Amino acid sequence: MRDIVELGIAAPPSAVPAAAHHAKLRGQPFTELPSDLYIPPDALEVFFETFQGPLDLLLYLIRKANIDILDIPMARLTEQYMEYVEVMKTRNLELAAEYLVMAAMLMEIKSRMLLPQRAMPGEEEHDPRAELVRRLIEYEKMKLAGQKLDSLPQLGRDFFPVEVWVERTAAQRLPQVNIVDLQEAWRSLLLRAKMTQHHQVSREELSVREHMSLILRRLRSGGFAQFVELFDPMRGIPVLIVNFLAVLELVRENLVEVTQSEPYAPIYVKLAHAQSE
Amino acid sequence: MLSPSEIKIVLETALLSAQEPLPIPELRRMFDEEIDGDLLRRLLEEIREDWKERGVELVVTASGWRFQTRGAFQTYLERIHPEKPPRYSRAVLETLAIIAYRQPVTRGDIEDMRGVTVSAEVIKRLEERGWIDVIGHKEVPGRPALFATTKTFLDDLGLRSLQELPPLEEIAKTLDLTPTQTPATQSAPDEPETAQASSA
Repeated sequence: MRDIVELGIAAPPSAVPAAAHHAKLRGQPFTELPSDLYIPPDALEVFFETFQGPLDLLLYLIRKANIDILDIPMARLTEQYMEYVEVMKTRNLELAAEYLVMAAMLMEIKSRMLLPQRAMPGEEEHDPRAELVRRLIEYEKMKLAGQKLDSLPQLGRDFFPVEVWVERTAAQRLPQVNIVDLQEAWRSLLLRAKMTQHHQVSREELSVREHMSLILRRLRSGGFAQFVELFDPMRGIPVLIVNFLAVLELVRENLVEVTQSEPYAPIYVKLAHAQSE
Repeated sequence: MLSPSEIKIVLETALLSAQEPLPIPELRRMFDEEIDGDLLRRLLEEIREDWKERGVELVVTASGWRFQTRGAFQTYLERIHPEKPPRYSRAVLETLAIIAYRQPVTRGDIEDMRGVTVSAEVIKRLEERGWIDVIGHKEVPGRPALFATTKTFLDDLGLRSLQELPPLEEIAKTLDLTPTQTPATQSAPDEPETAQASSA
């Protein structure tokens, strides 16, 4: 357990350049970084899971030790990185292969730096760390950009769209009705109403019984009448029909007799009992 | 012929009842007569001014003009709808940042930059939100999909264009690998990992 805790010390005092430290504690130059608080093993696992990958871990180590990203002490960084990876290996078997790839890359850079540089005349000195630094800088940029994007006001989280209630959002879109359609509908309604009204009135006015009486009254004076004389076309079809029904009814009740001497000859209607009397 | 003040009321009504941001051409289509674009813009600015003291504001996003609530009132509004929208993980945010700032990018590009594999889950979440989509395929073996951010992404963050994205922090201007005497730029004050490490 102890070894895990000690991993928290990011920069051994000896490795810190003296010029970087001006802080004094009780009059003494403050050269030793305080060791981190004890981290329980479970928390350590959570701690590792917060890393987004090897680049993130490297950045953490670099920032924690306040190392100049442009002048990374490869030996120290590699050593610390490997310590973390070792702990991760023992604690977390799902350690992503990326961490091992990065470890290999760090080793390679470190060993290349140990080799004496062959200074070719007219050629830029190539720093083996350049590619790693480029990637670290690009990654850190994107990491910070992600945080910035998250801090931008976001629809649904930091503000809502305004939307006034409009009827159409509730009801399905209904067919459009214009004023002409309405007028048309109203007119036909009126027409129908008129017709209905007419029928109602005629039913009251044109009682068959009443017409039967009228016909009988007419016949009573003369005893008989020509069938066509009983009808007055001027009074309209409803009256004609009712009048005809009245004649039929009178015949059925044996109150009148209808006679015709030969086809196409005039039809006569006469009172039945007048004949019998 | 409508007077400018009548046009203004029509504009305001349309914007208040719209579900999506309305662009100028669409606003112009509402009117029988041809209305000058400059006049429309001026009237929209007037409406924006009219609502200055209210809880909602008129803003321009990538897709057009939209009324929205002011952020200052969010705490109150959230009490009506207490369910909090989930926050995105760092993996999602970093992926989004790479797509937003480096688009169009392939999944491989994102993985190179992040140093880890990008899970399908992360891409799916951003696609479902309507913030990114596939705009083509890179003509290399495997023809990987090229991702870019959408107009919805800009709308939802209240941006008019990608130009309005927050500028990238310049950590180091140059890759000059000579030792520098100014380590001040390296001390990122609010490193979340550092905070987590010391509090863990």
